[in-house]
Amino acid sequence: MRPFREALLSLVRRPVLAALSVTAIGLSLFILGLFGLTAHNISKALAAVEEKVEIVAYLRDEIDEAQLRLVRSEIGAFPEVESVEYVSKTEALYNASRELAEFSDVFPDVEVNPLPASLEVRLLPGRRDPQTVGTVAARISGYEFIDEVRFGREWVNRIHTLRRIAGGTALIVGGSFALVAMLLVGTTVRMSIHARSTEIAIMENVGATAGFIQRPFLAEGLISGLAGGALALALTFAAYRLLDRAVMAVLWLPDLWIAAGIVGGGVLGMLSAGRSVRRELKGLYAI
Amino acid sequence: MIKFRNVTKHYPRSGTALADASFHIRKAEFAFLTGPSGAGKTTVLRLVHMETAPTEGEVIISRFSSTRIRRREIPQLRRSVGFVFQDFRLLERFTAAENISFALQVTGANRSAIRSKVMRLLGHVGLASRASAYPAELSGGERQRVAIARALATDPLVLLADEPTGNLDERASLGVFELFKQLNALGTAVILATHDATLLRRHPETRVLELEGGRLVYDSGSDAPRPSHGDSSIFQLVRDGPPMQSGAKEGSAIERGGPAP
Repeated sequence: MRPFREALLSLVRRPVLAALSVTAIGLSLFILGLFGLTAHNISKALAAVEEKVEIVAYLRDEIDEAQLRLVRSEIGAFPEVESVEYVSKTEALYNASRELAEFSDVFPDVEVNPLPASLEVRLLPGRRDPQTVGTVAARISGYEFIDEVRFGREWVNRIHTLRRIAGGTALIVGGSFALVAMLLVGTTVRMSIHARSTEIAIMENVGATAGFIQRPFLAEGLISGLAGGALALALTFAAYRLLDRAVMAVLWLPDLWIAAGIVGGGVLGMLSAGRSVRRELKGLYAI
Repeated sequence: MIKFRNVTKHYPRSGTALADASFHIRKAEFAFLTGPSGAGKTTVLRLVHMETAPTEGEVIISRFSSTRIRRREIPQLRRSVGFVFQDFRLLERFTAAENISFALQVTGANRSAIRSKVMRLLGHVGLASRASAYPAELSGGERQRVAIARALATDPLVLLADEPTGNLDERASLGVFELFKQLNALGTAVILATHDATLLRRHPETRVLELEGGRLVYDSGSDAPRPSHGDSSIFQLVRDGPPMQSGAKEGSAIERGGPAP
């Protein structure tokens, strides 16, 4: 209890310094928040495109009900497969007439339906990389009643490359932003602790233990960090609303990311406070 | 209670601050630590306070030894060694009472116990009526009294004072010195570093440890005779009076004296 009481007292006693450090932490985390917003939206967009990755297996006309059921359930049982959708010859014709509007007049007149029935196989998220798609396609094409298998190899490859580039960029840029945030938070906290170095020296002098000296500073770091995290959240939300209304539809961050950001702010504040205060404990660590 | 056994302290940059010093200060003893600036007075105090470890030899304070003490025992040692500085080191934004209670909080005492002890300590140092004054509102002598009360907060066995009267006028110095004497009479040992010759002259009965260039050149508490080369010392001054009368050589300890580093 004492550490938190002391920490709050110290924050209230030096409102300007407290506001400065919360703002600095908030702004550093806001950069991270903006980045998170961008990364999340790009990732969602890519995932939406990747959703469309599917393997289409065209069936021979001579397949019968029982065989179809067997093939369908066997493919559905592959560990990589999410769902198997059957598209009958009639449905294929109907779809084609709808999608290719200019030929819609022609289709009803065709006496023999030239389109084959097919199975549309979707893979589980995370299993949509070119290699897995290729292996599954090859496995499906081994079935007797499957005529041909298509999955747009080029397209799958390109999406996969894009995703890897995005992931790598996110890691580097996000990592750098996180590092900058850490340095900024560290400097701010160090400043506020340095302002109290006389106090720390006196505490050492009269026989305070290292823990006794450190705890209020850790609490102060935690409080400023959490407050900074909340500020960053508010700023990020404002930026999101602005973008969403004025520029384009964007997605808001997942709850887990928000929680991680605020908790991260608190932990960051506490860690930098711990590091800085230990640096001030010269007298206790001399021997 | 305080034992220095062949203690040498080297600093990497400034060299040897203390060389092969041995002495013993008993419980409730009063000792002056004297010598010119840079003689090693502050180093001795810092070693007693265990702010620094000896390069060679051993410093023993009560049950703590510099060779065996663990880092986590240092706070306990500090509570039995009160420290008073020339520049007081009070927290400006705290009142006199708060400055003292600040030191009591580290002991984990509860609030009512702290309040009554603070008032008692302020009474001890003659500042009961100034409890709610801020340091800026106090005179130099009063500030030093607050600092002494703070040093006493943890009931130390020994009070270390580094030029405690260095920033005070003569009257305030006398008052502060008398306070040290009173506290000593109540059973607290005092080691007072000073190069104030007047103070030494006034109290010829008090034990004197004299340092020069990091060496303990004289200890009035030991049986060893005073070395002959010490003719430029404060002790001679104490014995013989001011340099004008005794004809002490140029560059005596007094003339070279300035605030300790």
